[in-house]
Amino acid sequence: MSVRKPLPHDAAPLHVTGQARYVDDIPVPANCLHLAFGMSEIAHGRITSMDLDAVRAAPGVVVVVAGGDLDEIPDCSPSAHDEPLLSDGSIHYLGQPLFLVAATSHLAARKAARLAKVEYEELEPILTIGQALAANARFEDGPRIYEKGDIDTALSRATHIVEGRIEMGGQEHFYLEGQAALVLPQEGGDMVVHCSTQHPSEIQHKVAHALHRPMNAVRVEVRRMGGGFGGKESQGNHLAIACAMVADRTGRPAKMRYDRDDDMMITGKRHDFRIDYRAGVDMHGRLTGVEFNQMTRCGWAMDLSLPVADRAMLHADNAYHLPAARITSHRLRTNTQSATAYRGFGGPQGVLGIERVMDHIAHVLGLDPLEVRKANYYAEMGGKPGVNVEEGVAATGAGTAHKISSGTGQATRFGGAHSPEPMEQGQQTTPYHMPVTDFLLTGLTERLAESCDYAGRRTAIAAWNASQPVLKRGIALTPVKFGISFTLTHLNQAGALVHVYQDGSIHLNHGGTEMGQGLFQKVAQVAASRFGVSPEKVKITATDTGKVPNTSATAASSGSDLNGMAAKAACDTIRDRMAAFLAMEHQAEPASVRFVDGQVHVGAEAIPFEEAAARAYAGRVSLSATGFYKTPDIEWDRIAGRGRPFFYFAQGAACSEVVIDTLTGENRILRTDILHDCGSSLNPSLDIGQIEGGFVQGAGWLTTEELVWDDKGRLRTHAPSTYKIPACSDRPRVFNVALWDAPNPAETIYRSKAVGEPPFMLGISVFSALSEAVAACGPNYADLQAPATAEAVLAAVKRARG
Amino acid sequence: MTDEVSFLLNGVPVRVSDQPATRTLLDWLRDDRGLTGTKEGCNEGDCGACTVVVTDADGSRAVNGCILFLPQLNGKAVRTVEGLSGPDGEMHPVQAAMVDHHGSQCGFCTPGIVASLAAAHTNGETAFDDVLAGNLCRCTGYAPIIRAAEAAASEPVPDWMQTDRAAVTALDAAPLPFAPSSSDDLATWYAANPDATLIAGATDVGLWVTKMLRDLAPVAFLGGCADLKTISADAAGLHVGAMVTLADLLPAIAPRHPSFAEMLRRFASTQVRNAATIGGNIANGSPIGDAPPALIALGAELHLRKGDTSRTIPLESFFLDYGKQDRASGEFVEGITIPAQADRLRCYKLSKRFDQDISAVCGCLSVTVENGTVTGAKLAYGGMAGTPKRAANAETVLIGQPWTETTVRDAMAAYGQDFTPLTDMRASAAYRLETAANMLLRYFHEDQGVASNVLEVSA
Repeated sequence: MSVRKPLPHDAAPLHVTGQARYVDDIPVPANCLHLAFGMSEIAHGRITSMDLDAVRAAPGVVVVVAGGDLDEIPDCSPSAHDEPLLSDGSIHYLGQPLFLVAATSHLAARKAARLAKVEYEELEPILTIGQALAANARFEDGPRIYEKGDIDTALSRATHIVEGRIEMGGQEHFYLEGQAALVLPQEGGDMVVHCSTQHPSEIQHKVAHALHRPMNAVRVEVRRMGGGFGGKESQGNHLAIACAMVADRTGRPAKMRYDRDDDMMITGKRHDFRIDYRAGVDMHGRLTGVEFNQMTRCGWAMDLSLPVADRAMLHADNAYHLPAARITSHRLRTNTQSATAYRGFGGPQGVLGIERVMDHIAHVLGLDPLEVRKANYYAEMGGKPGVNVEEGVAATGAGTAHKISSGTGQATRFGGAHSPEPMEQGQQTTPYHMPVTDFLLTGLTERLAESCDYAGRRTAIAAWNASQPVLKRGIALTPVKFGISFTLTHLNQAGALVHVYQDGSIHLNHGGTEMGQGLFQKVAQVAASRFGVSPEKVKITATDTGKVPNTSATAASSGSDLNGMAAKAACDTIRDRMAAFLAMEHQAEPASVRFVDGQVHVGAEAIPFEEAAARAYAGRVSLSATGFYKTPDIEWDRIAGRGRPFFYFAQGAACSEVVIDTLTGENRILRTDILHDCGSSLNPSLDIGQIEGGFVQGAGWLTTEELVWDDKGRLRTHAPSTYKIPACSDRPRVFNVALWDAPNPAETIYRSKAVGEPPFMLGISVFSALSEAVAACGPNYADLQAPATAEAVLAAVKRARG
Repeated sequence: MTDEVSFLLNGVPVRVSDQPATRTLLDWLRDDRGLTGTKEGCNEGDCGACTVVVTDADGSRAVNGCILFLPQLNGKAVRTVEGLSGPDGEMHPVQAAMVDHHGSQCGFCTPGIVASLAAAHTNGETAFDDVLAGNLCRCTGYAPIIRAAEAAASEPVPDWMQTDRAAVTALDAAPLPFAPSSSDDLATWYAANPDATLIAGATDVGLWVTKMLRDLAPVAFLGGCADLKTISADAAGLHVGAMVTLADLLPAIAPRHPSFAEMLRRFASTQVRNAATIGGNIANGSPIGDAPPALIALGAELHLRKGDTSRTIPLESFFLDYGKQDRASGEFVEGITIPAQADRLRCYKLSKRFDQDISAVCGCLSVTVENGTVTGAKLAYGGMAGTPKRAANAETVLIGQPWTETTVRDAMAAYGQDFTPLTDMRASAAYRLETAANMLLRYFHEDQGVASNVLEVSA
C-alpha cells in the first residue's frame, strides 16, 4: 500500500528544476493587461478629491478605475459584505486600495499608480486595543463569553490567585509567492481564473457576484500556491475580482500580482492579541478555575475575525482541564489591515494565553513548569497504548538528528505515577462542554521528557546559569492539543472526482489545494492504495471548480482528512464497479476481488490493473466517479459556546533550550526535541516536514517577527528588510523530530491525523524557554511579552532583576 | 563601443540590446526569455528566490537576479535554475538531494535555494547557514534543506558547471559606453557627468529602481574598473579598492581582525556580499552601514578622487550629517587604507535577526591597554546617529584610567552625552542607548575571558 510511505512531494522534481508553474509563470496572450492598485496614504478619513489624470496619461496605461466610476463597487469580503474592492470615498486603513490601473506591463501599472493626486479629510484613526475599547469599536454587539462551572466561587476559594497580562503580536504570512491572479475572458462572458488561492470556490463565488453572473460562468483553477498559511483563504479575492472586472470591460486577459511591499501593506495578517488572565490555583499548582479576557485587533473589516476569535477561545484550555472557566472575547475594529486567517486561526493565541498562565503559576509557587503542566493535563485516554511500529530512520544532518520513530507502547496511562488524580467524576470536558476522550499527552510528554533528558538538562542548566554573569540558558517543554474541524460545521465536507482511463492510468481531482503541504501526494497515496497500484499511476491534477464544485477552503488542517476521505469514496465506487464486473466475468463473489500490487485478483486469476481497466471499459463499466465526505459527529453552537465542534484533537509536545545575552537580549535556540501525534501517518516524511516547518514558523512568530505600525497607522515593517522571518541559522541547532505513531481513535482516513496547524504551537516552547532563561536573571516575575525580540528579552531581564 | 550586452545564458551566448540600462536580469529572464523558474519573492534582494549563479574569470558566485542590471553581466556567464541540470536533463546533485531529502514544500523559494547551493557546491563551500542566509524559506524550517546540502556536498561538481569559467574568456563582449574600464576613465567621465548615478554592486541602487521606480540616467557601471578591485598590504596597512566586494574583503580582513570578519560574515547575505562593494557601503553614506563603524574604529583613511585630483581624509570625517558626506560633485571613492595595528577590534552587530538583517546598533570597539591602563579607545557606532559616530565622551572617560569594570561603567554612563538615537521599527531609542553602552561592558567581559557570545553556546 502506498499510504504510510515517506514519498517525496509529488512536485519536488519540478520545484528543484524550476519547472513547477505558479500563476505568474503561466504564459499569457500578448494583449494581457497588468494591474496595480493605488493605495491610501492615510488610515482613516475621506477622500476629498482624487485627480487621476496623470495616471491615465502614463505610458502603457489602458484602463483606470476608481470606486466612484462604478455603479456598484464589487465586494471582496468572505463574510460581512463590508469590503469594497475600491474605496467608496471613505478610508479605513493606510494601504486601502483606492483605484486600479491596468497597463501593458506590471512595471507600467506600478509606475502609473503612484501618479495620483489624492486629497483627504483626515479623521483620528483607531489603531490600538486601548483606543478601540475606549471607542467601543468592535464587531458583534458585545464580547462573546464562554463559561463553564462557577468561576467566581472557584477563584474565591483558590489558595493562590495568579494574574497578569500577555500581549502577543500579529504575524505576516510571508508566503514566498505573493498574491496573484490571472483572468482569461472566454466566449459569452465566461471567465477562466487562475489564482493563487486556498479557496477556489470563494474566488468563483466572488467573481461571479462581481460580474452579476451565475457561478457556472466562472471556472477557477489552482495548480499550486507558493505558500499560503491562511493568507490565501480570503486575501486573493481582490486581485481576482479586479482582473475579472478589467477582463470583462476590455475583453483582454488581465493579470495582477502584488509587489511584496504592496502585499504587506494591503493584505491582512495574524490577529494580535492582548490576554488578561486571572487563575485560581491550589497548593500543588492545579487550577481551580481561570478567567481569560481576550482582546484582538481585527482591523477594518470583518473578514474571518469571528471564527478566528472563536478558535482562540476554544483553545484557551490547550491541554489543561479547567474545572471552571470564563473566557471573554472582544473583537475590536481598528484602522489597520483586516486581520485574517493564519495557520492556527486564533488557536495559537489562545494556547499562548494558558501556557503563559502555567509559567506564571510555576514562578509563583516555585515549581518546575513542566510539573505544573502535567498536574493540569486532561485525563489520559483509556484503552490501547500506542502501536510500536518502527518506520525506519531517515538521514541525519549535522547536529540535526532526525528520526521517524513511532509510538512507544509504554505510555503511562491515566492513573500512573506521574498522572494527576481525577478531578471530577466522569469525563472531563473543555470550557465549551465537549468531553475530551482522546487525550494522550501524559504518555507523550513522559516519553519526550525522557528522550530529551528534560530533568537532567534542567538541573545542568541551573548550575551553568549560576556560574555565568552574562549569558543565561532556559529550557521548557510545552504541549499542544488542537481541535480538528472547521468550527463552521457545514464547511466540513469535501468532494473528489476520479477517472480510470482504459489504459489503467488514473486521474485524480479533489477540492483541496496544494500550497506546499503535500496534500496532493497524500491523497494520491490514498487513491493508489484503494486501487492497489503504485502512486505513479495516479495523475495529480489542478484544483478546478469545474471538476469538483462547492469546495471548502483548504484550511483548518482539514485538507487530507476531508479530501482523502472523498477521494477514497470515489475510488471505492469505481473499484466496486470493476470488482462486480470482473467477478461476473469470472463467476466469483465481488467481495473476493482484491486490488493489490498492481494486480486485480479475481478467483484464481491475477490480472494487471491496466488490463482490468481495459476489460471493464470494453464491458461498458463507468470508470469515472465522484466521491463525497462529511465529517460525522460534530455540532456546535458558537453563541452559547456549547457542543462538539471538533471531530478529534491532534496533539504533540516540544522541548526547547535557549540561551540569552543579558546585555543585549540576543538569543538563540540551542536545541529542540519534538514528539508529535499524526495518528497513523499517511506520509511520515511530509508530516515531519509540516512539523519542522510549523515549529520554526511558530518560533518566528514569538521571537523575531515583529509588526510595527507608527502612530499614523502606517505599517513600518512592509518588506523582508524590516520584517524578519526566521532565516536558515535561526532553526534550532539541534533539532530532533519524531512521530507518535498510533492510530487515531476517530475514524479518519487510514486513522491519520491532521498536521498542518498543530505543530505551529510547538514554537511556544521557545517562548517559555526564553521566559525560563530570563527568570534565571533575578527574583521577580519577568513578564516576557511576545514577540520576544532581543529588545523584549532585555526589558524582561531588567524586570526580573527589579 | 556598443550598447549590446553579451553574456552566456545557461551556457549559450546571448546578445541583448535595446534594453534600458537598469533592466533587471530577473525581469528580462521572466518577461522576455520565458525563463520563469527564477522567482520574484521580494524584488529587493532580501529573500533570495531570484538567486542565479554568475561566473566570470574569478569564479562562480550566487547573486540576486532581482537587483542585478543586465549591463553588469557583460562578458560573464549566468546560470538560472533551468541551467543547473545537465544537457540531458540529469539533475545537479543539489537538485537530486533536495528531492530525496524533502527540501522543497511549496517550491517557490526552491529555485533560489538550489542556485545558492549549486554555487556553494561548485566552490566547495559547506558553511550552509552562511550560504543560505540570503534565501528565505517559509515552509520547511530549513532542516531538510541542510540535510540535502550535506548529502550533496560529497558529490563531484558536474562537468557542465565547470565550463562557464573558461567560456567567458572566449566571449567577445564589447565594452559598454557607460562602463569605464579604469579609475582614470571613471574620473574623466564622472567629472564630465557629475549628476550621474554610479553603480557598483547595485545592492542598494537596485532598490531605487525596483522599489522607488526611479529613473537613474545617466548611469555608469563600475564593474569594469579592474584597478579599483585590488587589495594590497604593506607596512602601512591594508589598501582596499572601492570596488572590492564584501565577499572578497572578508578573507583579507580575517587574519588581521577576526571580529570584523565575523561581522562581515553576518553582513547582509552571501548574494549581497558577492555584489556589494566596500566603496558603495561607504559612499552611500548610510548611518546604518556596517562597514564604516569598523573602519572608523580601525582609523581607516578614505581616498577620494575628482578628475586628476586625489585626496585622503580620515574616514570618520567623510560623514558630515544625515545624507550628507564630504564628497564634491563629480568626486568618487577610490579606496581605503586600514592602518596596520595590533588587533583590539571587536564588532558587535545587533539586529532583530542574526543573519541578513540591518543593524539596530552596530558597535565596533577598539580599546588599547598598556600595563593595565587604557591608552587608546575608539568606540564607533552605526545606528546611533545620522552618521556613523564615535562615543567621544565615553572614550575620554576611559583613556588614562585603569582597565577595570568600574572604569567601564563610568564610561557607559557617558553614552547619554554621546548619542541621542531614534526610535524606529528596528529598536527604540532607549534600547539602542542601553545596548550601545552594554557593548562596552561586553568588550570588557570578552577581554577578561568571560563567556558573552550566544553564538558560542551549545546545548
